[in-house]
Amino acid sequence: MKNHVLRPLFVVIGIVVLILLTRMVYVPKDFGVGPRGYMYGWHRENNEEDWKKFKVKYQGKEYCKDCHPDKYDSINKTPHRIIQCENCHGPAIDHPSDPPKLVIDKSRALCLRCHFPLPYPTSGRSRIKGIDPDKHNPDVECSTCHNPHNPMEGLR
Amino acid sequence: MITRRNFLKKTALGIAGATLPLAALKIIDAKKLLAEAAADKSSAVRWVFLVDTYKCVGCGMCVKACKLENEIPYDANVTRTWVERYVLTKQGGLLADSPKGARDGYTTTKIDLGRGEYKNVKNQDIEKAFFVPKLCNQCENPPCVQVCPVGATYQAPDGVVLVDRTWCIGCGYCIMGCPYGVRFFHPVYHTAEKCNFCYHRITKGMKTACVDACPFGARQIGNIKDPNDPVTKVIRDQRVGVLKSEFGTKPQVYYIGLDEEVR
Amino acid sequence: MHVHGELWTIKELFVLPNEYIYWSIQIVMYPFMTGLVAGAFVLSSLYHVFGIKELKDMARFALVFSFALLFAAPMPIVLHLQFPFRGINVFMTPHFTSAIAAFGIVFFTYGAIVASELWFLYRKHFVEVSLALREKGDKTLFEWIRYLIFCTLTLGVYDISEEALHRDEKAIKFLAGLGIPVACFLHGYAGFIFGSVKANALWMTPLMPVIFIMSAIVSGIALCMLTYIITMEIRRMLAARKRTQPGMRYESMEEIKGVEIHVIQMTAKYLLSFLIAAISLEILDLIFRGYTALKSWDVLRSVIYDRDFYDIFVMQYGIGNLVPLILFLLPKLTIRRALLGVMFVLFGVFMMRWNVVIGGQAFSLTFAGFMHYHLPIVPHDWETFKEGLFGALSIFAMPFVMFWVISKIFPIFETKTAH
Repeated sequence: MKNHVLRPLFVVIGIVVLILLTRMVYVPKDFGVGPRGYMYGWHRENNEEDWKKFKVKYQGKEYCKDCHPDKYDSINKTPHRIIQCENCHGPAIDHPSDPPKLVIDKSRALCLRCHFPLPYPTSGRSRIKGIDPDKHNPDVECSTCHNPHNPMEGLR
Repeated sequence: MITRRNFLKKTALGIAGATLPLAALKIIDAKKLLAEAAADKSSAVRWVFLVDTYKCVGCGMCVKACKLENEIPYDANVTRTWVERYVLTKQGGLLADSPKGARDGYTTTKIDLGRGEYKNVKNQDIEKAFFVPKLCNQCENPPCVQVCPVGATYQAPDGVVLVDRTWCIGCGYCIMGCPYGVRFFHPVYHTAEKCNFCYHRITKGMKTACVDACPFGARQIGNIKDPNDPVTKVIRDQRVGVLKSEFGTKPQVYYIGLDEEVR
Repeated sequence: MHVHGELWTIKELFVLPNEYIYWSIQIVMYPFMTGLVAGAFVLSSLYHVFGIKELKDMARFALVFSFALLFAAPMPIVLHLQFPFRGINVFMTPHFTSAIAAFGIVFFTYGAIVASELWFLYRKHFVEVSLALREKGDKTLFEWIRYLIFCTLTLGVYDISEEALHRDEKAIKFLAGLGIPVACFLHGYAGFIFGSVKANALWMTPLMPVIFIMSAIVSGIALCMLTYIITMEIRRMLAARKRTQPGMRYESMEEIKGVEIHVIQMTAKYLLSFLIAAISLEILDLIFRGYTALKSWDVLRSVIYDRDFYDIFVMQYGIGNLVPLILFLLPKLTIRRALLGVMFVLFGVFMMRWNVVIGGQAFSLTFAGFMHYHLPIVPHDWETFKEGLFGALSIFAMPFVMFWVISKIFPIFETKTAH
């Protein structure tokens, strides 16, 4: 009986067939080679759509304009016009339905992001005026004296 | 002289053996591959990014916006994008840091040396200092995609490299394979994670969260295939650089004012 | 909220925000275990393919141990993966541009070869046991289970004539020969996993797969020698106190000859040659790096000669390579000296894996910062267990447990009935 030598081979082939059958059930139907080829494009195609459906949180300045025209117009006349509303107030998401109110962050740390002076040669940071936080009214919120939507208001 | 029995046995074996590789070949269909390569499947868009290191002030608004937009836990010490500070002293030394990836901006002259140590550099000792924002380069030859064993990370036709959270096994090979260190394990989902150019925004005609958030215009995104795109014009006409070009990855994030000391 | 890796990484100077030691102790264990698998198999094949008669006892032993190790070898990966159950994705949608995808094919092929070779080796024993149990009228539950197991193991073949056994021997020789390149591939690909990562300045070298294979064979031979010595000594002790179990063939001191010093001396010669090869390649790599002094050399020199000096030169090269080299080169090798030598060799091979994996993550991509690895010792949750000392120790213990289980089915020391 010459066949007995091949017996283990049949077992192995059986296992391989089992794996291939499992594959037919387990692997999503849209999994395959994409336009970028096998090296860079081996994936489940529907995942691209999954990512496109991800929820947008930040809506941008124009989103705030219609309900908050006073703040919008005010800040646009000042050097702070370059700052997005959501930079300080957090993402609008579906405001006013969700969340109904946005954060009003009055911490000194927020203003110090730009206004802590770092006189770095060749960097735009050196052109922003700043204060020494340990000496300039250290216990008071910046917004007590400075209106973020109109920073030069009531000064000098 | 072969017996009928043996002949039948061998034929059955041969057929079984032949069907096996054919079933296996379903994984890679050669004909389909060639047809796809021949057809012009290239997208009309190829996303490209431009960073102006002269304009960046290190405010960190981009990092904050990215974390909130892309649901990266705010307090976790990982981020899809970050800003680095470089301070070059007159004595020829280099000091660099990126505290929490610049999530809270830079509000001290002390350079973070790790292990709770800081070094204060006097202003008069500074030769030059600047900020360098970094994010995924969405390389043309992404080494992270090459090393993924299961096809969980891949490149979309428009150039953005994405990660399939349902398929990633969490081996970390892509994280080790990235020369730029942009990848990490998501603290909640435990899959590989990285900047994807806010794919959900740019495919809707919006800009990425970091581009919108930057007050100083240090970050811009564009389409290199559109000759009228302002970003494309800068890359074509001005002197720009990329990070670690020696690796052959062909990164698509271009830098204005890229200093030789940038790592 | 902790990021994976943050718990055991201490960053120093300029390290990128997302950099942590992601590949920790389990990734050190994995090439160590697969190295033992490959090495044990190569040792076994030295007898079956090249007919080195003195290695006959060792060969049988090594093959069974290789099989036991095979079950333990994927465990480090299973423990390391963030999604262990998704591990089958490597078999389902392999991306062959990645070295890790080779894991599926290579492991399976190698497992098939070892299992088949073992089947041919012990086929006669399976047939004899199942036939004997079939004769028996009233079988206990345990005997019924044993009967079923052994019947399945025969794979329906009951022919144990001389001609059939002769064909078995030819099949074994064929499989042993075929298995050598596959075993080399099993560990070579592990070296390729590291050597092909261009992003890592320490790992990227074409020498990496070769260094890994050489030191894998060294570790496999050393482990087989170690287990052989220990097992033979235990059996000798049991025979001396006349406590051998019924059913075991050897019952007297005379039959157990104890550890054959000649077998150990022969095996040690092979160990020595592969050890010298492994050391040469590693020294070559080190010299090249220093000579060519690429951009990464400043930070690598700092890691190799300064921060990790103790781990590399004292632990790995000193205790792990130089001391066993001396022990084995001195004339008139004794069992005690061989035992000491192989233990140091195994330690050295482990340290080599450690120095590659952890060492490669000891410096930042910036080349201006460092990361220190803090192995979690006392586990206080699943993460600190599986990626800590006790996780590694459990995996190291596993093949010995498996070996004991398997030795109940495959009698390791039968010279009369096996080939």
